Amino acid sequence: MDAVSAGGEARYDARGLVELDEVVPRCSKIDGDSATLDAEHLTTRRINLELRWLLYEQGVREVTVRGPGARHSLGAGILTRCRITFEGSLGYFACGIIDGPEIHITGRVGWSACENMMSGVVTIDGNAGSLIGAALRGGDVVVKGQVGARTGIDQKGGTIIVLGTAGMMTGFMMQRGRQIICGDVGPGLGDSMYDGTIYVAGRVSSLGIDCVPGEWTDADSELIERKFRIHELGSPPEFQKFVCGKQLYNYDNLEPSERKLVL
Amino acid sequence: MCGIAGIIYRNGNGAHRIGRDITSMLQAMKHRGPDSSGFALYHSPGRDLVIRIKLADANTPRDLEFGENLRRHRREIATRLRTAGATIHTIDDVNEYTLSVTLSYDSDIKRLADHVESVPDAEVLSAGHALEIVKDLGDARTVSAGYHLDDYFGSHGIGHVRMATESDVDISNAHPYWAYPFSDVAVVHNGQLTNYHQWRRRLERSGHRFASECDSEIIAVYLAEKLQAGSSLEDAMRESLEDLDGVFTYICVSEDALGMAKDELAAKPLVLYEGEDMVALASEEMAIRAVLDREIETYDPYEGQVMVWTR
Repeated sequence: MDAVSAGGEARYDARGLVELDEVVPRCSKIDGDSATLDAEHLTTRRINLELRWLLYEQGVREVTVRGPGARHSLGAGILTRCRITFEGSLGYFACGIIDGPEIHITGRVGWSACENMMSGVVTIDGNAGSLIGAALRGGDVVVKGQVGARTGIDQKGGTIIVLGTAGMMTGFMMQRGRQIICGDVGPGLGDSMYDGTIYVAGRVSSLGIDCVPGEWTDADSELIERKFRIHELGSPPEFQKFVCGKQLYNYDNLEPSERKLVL
Repeated sequence: MCGIAGIIYRNGNGAHRIGRDITSMLQAMKHRGPDSSGFALYHSPGRDLVIRIKLADANTPRDLEFGENLRRHRREIATRLRTAGATIHTIDDVNEYTLSVTLSYDSDIKRLADHVESVPDAEVLSAGHALEIVKDLGDARTVSAGYHLDDYFGSHGIGHVRMATESDVDISNAHPYWAYPFSDVAVVHNGQLTNYHQWRRRLERSGHRFASECDSEIIAVYLAEKLQAGSSLEDAMRESLEDLDGVFTYICVSEDALGMAKDELAAKPLVLYEGEDMVALASEEMAIRAVLDREIETYDPYEGQVMVWTR
């Protein structure tokens, strides 16, 4: 379906998403199944439309986006397996609600990157703002710089790897999944977490409510070695493990545990 | 939401196009606040004092007496400045309802400001040997064009785009706030302060006046009181983290320094670029990129951090 239709009616893109007032610029250089998009003078909406047009309609599997200029919400809502490289920095809400893509950002990202991501890999060469991987459901998020506060708030799956330091309340209300933080973390680590695991190699300012040191097992070593190998991060440092103390945890009294399994 | 921005050139040179820089930064963050835009700009400090005065606000009724009132109040202000002991050099009508007065005065600035504000509707927007505050309704480009900021040269400055959450949309409630009655200090703020009324009552008891109902004004007056008591800017800002409740990130500027403070919950964003020749900071990286055309590395300060740079 074409994103452009005549008249003043609502228009829909290839995935049935409404596009009220914008046309696909169709300005990328396509070479076989790869394409290059020069985004410097395009609006956020046009960049995202162009990405969807390339990936869903032109059969492109690999896109390089030049000059993203720290715009917000770029690369959001991509629901197919593909490879995207952003040459530069992205703003807030980068690569949110994605399912499948392998994204490489050579700069940094702002707040709330990879929010509600379902699967895929996002690698960020620079720093990230607060709330990275908020409500993450699956996939791997790798940040090579530092991250802000509340990393992986409400995380429900997947893995967040941070090579630098992390701010306060990392893993706040985390429900599942893993965080691997190589640097120091701020106060309130794992505050009110329900489940999941946080590995920290640096200094922990303070633990949050009901976050306790966990017992190290071979599975932990295997996971960390595998993640470092897959993402080519060198040899892993030594980590401490933190889990939920389950003192705040009384859901079994309220609902059957089998219901919890499908959470 | 609101957007804040600041820039300071580190070579001590006051010949940078600071007005144009802050305009570009604020315009890039227009989506964070469409209600009003404001600037606190610093030119090379001179011996004379510059005070900027507002004669009417955006919502003052433009009735039949409006023009006559403006003229009468303008005359009264000149008289009262002289009564306070100032020697007026120039009175510049920046626009219909804003005056910029250059004068010689070496006594208490509070006395001078109180004399001006005894004229109905008059408000001192800023007073200082280097500081000038410009604020009005509309986006940054509109305000900048209306006040000719494109050609404003200086060493550092801050700006604010406002999405009003705590008080009215008018010029009095727009940022930046001058740190009444302390010369050359101004503040922009993004956030909400929850112990505003306690602090306002406390500061009013010590003789400070408040020009607006906006919680952010507390920060400016609070810092002014600390500075008057002899604290350094950095110490005063550090103490504010303990004394002020709520969520906030603010930028404070003085004649030769620019500082940022972030609350202990890190709930409001700030992106920071520290270069050899300049430091730029803003709520969003897009704003910093609007004034730097090269690839840059930025980071977010952590919770409870206070940082100060000098020009």
